[in-house]
Amino acid sequence: MLALFLRDLRLSIRAGGGGLTGVLFFLAVVATIPFALGPDLNLLSRIGPAILWIGALLASLLGLDRLFQADREDGSLDILVMSSDRHMLALSVLIKCLAHWTASVLPLVVAAPVLGLVLNMDATSIGATTLTLLVGTPAIAFVGAAGAAVAVGLPRGGLLVSVLVLPLAIPVLIFGVSAAYAAVNEPDPFLPPFLILAALTLFLAVVGPVAAALALRYSAD
Amino acid sequence: MRLIADDLSCERGGQRVFSGVGFSLAEGAAMLVTGPNGAGKSTLLRATAGLLQPASGRVALEGGGEAFPTVAAAAHYLGHHNAMKPTLSVFENLSFWRDFCGDAPLDIDAALDKVDLRAIAHLPFGYLSTGQKRRAAIARLLVSRRPLWLLDEPTAGLDAEAERQFSALMVSHLVAGGMIVAATHHPLGIDAAVELRMDDA
Repeated sequence: MLALFLRDLRLSIRAGGGGLTGVLFFLAVVATIPFALGPDLNLLSRIGPAILWIGALLASLLGLDRLFQADREDGSLDILVMSSDRHMLALSVLIKCLAHWTASVLPLVVAAPVLGLVLNMDATSIGATTLTLLVGTPAIAFVGAAGAAVAVGLPRGGLLVSVLVLPLAIPVLIFGVSAAYAAVNEPDPFLPPFLILAALTLFLAVVGPVAAALALRYSAD
Repeated sequence: MRLIADDLSCERGGQRVFSGVGFSLAEGAAMLVTGPNGAGKSTLLRATAGLLQPASGRVALEGGGEAFPTVAAAAHYLGHHNAMKPTLSVFENLSFWRDFCGDAPLDIDAALDKVDLRAIAHLPFGYLSTGQKRRAAIARLLVSRRPLWLLDEPTAGLDAEAERQFSALMVSHLVAGGMIVAATHHPLGIDAAVELRMDDA
């Protein structure tokens, strides 16, 4: 299992940097918004957490369609499916999600504080947003795995994956942003939305890979 | 250990590919699946590997014990694709499959020696020629032990020397009690192999 994690990590670092593409896209989204909104620093710092979350959500959807498609094209997926007696397929999917998250989404979380400065956010707000991104983005990868598995047989499934995954990722977005806001706006409690966000991630860590494994098993032909 | 297929029929896209195929294979036996293009050779192999749900009939492995409860667990599947990543080196590819599949009788250098690739093991898989890629994929069969080899056109792209080498590998796998099911258009150099001829349905 560790071998699978390391292989996927090595692949995404070596094969033209899927992580870097995501970060550049994230940067592009966040950097253009101040130009569109105009030089209102208070407005920027007020909507900063939401902008960071939307940017991270869209950027983390970018590489998702390749999660299983590359393995299918070169035949590796057949062997992963056939090995399911030794390594439960859902577990292999979970490991692939974690590798994808580490290589492509973790750089976004790391970049978020820097982009927070661009948006005139204060330290608490930056810290809270980064923390919610760290806890919430794995959930997007887990839901994304299910979407990617459904679309794995389609040659141009990229857009379909995003359309399938986006509605399911909305709750994550809602609780992520509300927790980030609650950290700054005094009367709102931070902990309840944050804990629900963590619960969402844990819940999807089970449901996503299991659904993806089912889809993969029946899409192999 | 015995591989048994009973009255197997498969469909693809709602179209019956073949029906009523049955065979039984004992340890040390090989079966060549032959027939014209589109007769269902690859489909039969995928159904045997459990990658394709047969429309009717069953495939089962008897006497696999705890180590090999299903056909898929007992099988190496070498399809049209080599299951290797172009950006990783040959050595990295093989060591991943060895770690993932487990049960390693040979180390990777020894397996590479058997297919004559040791000198270029450090190259990214994508730089190899078609025949060399196929040989690397054959080395995958050697780095973890599986009693059943399911081979789909295994010699595609191999030169005469590599074909002879591969025949020797298959014969020694059979001598060690392995089983082989191979879909092929060429004789693979296994004398004792039985032939299953698939005709257009």
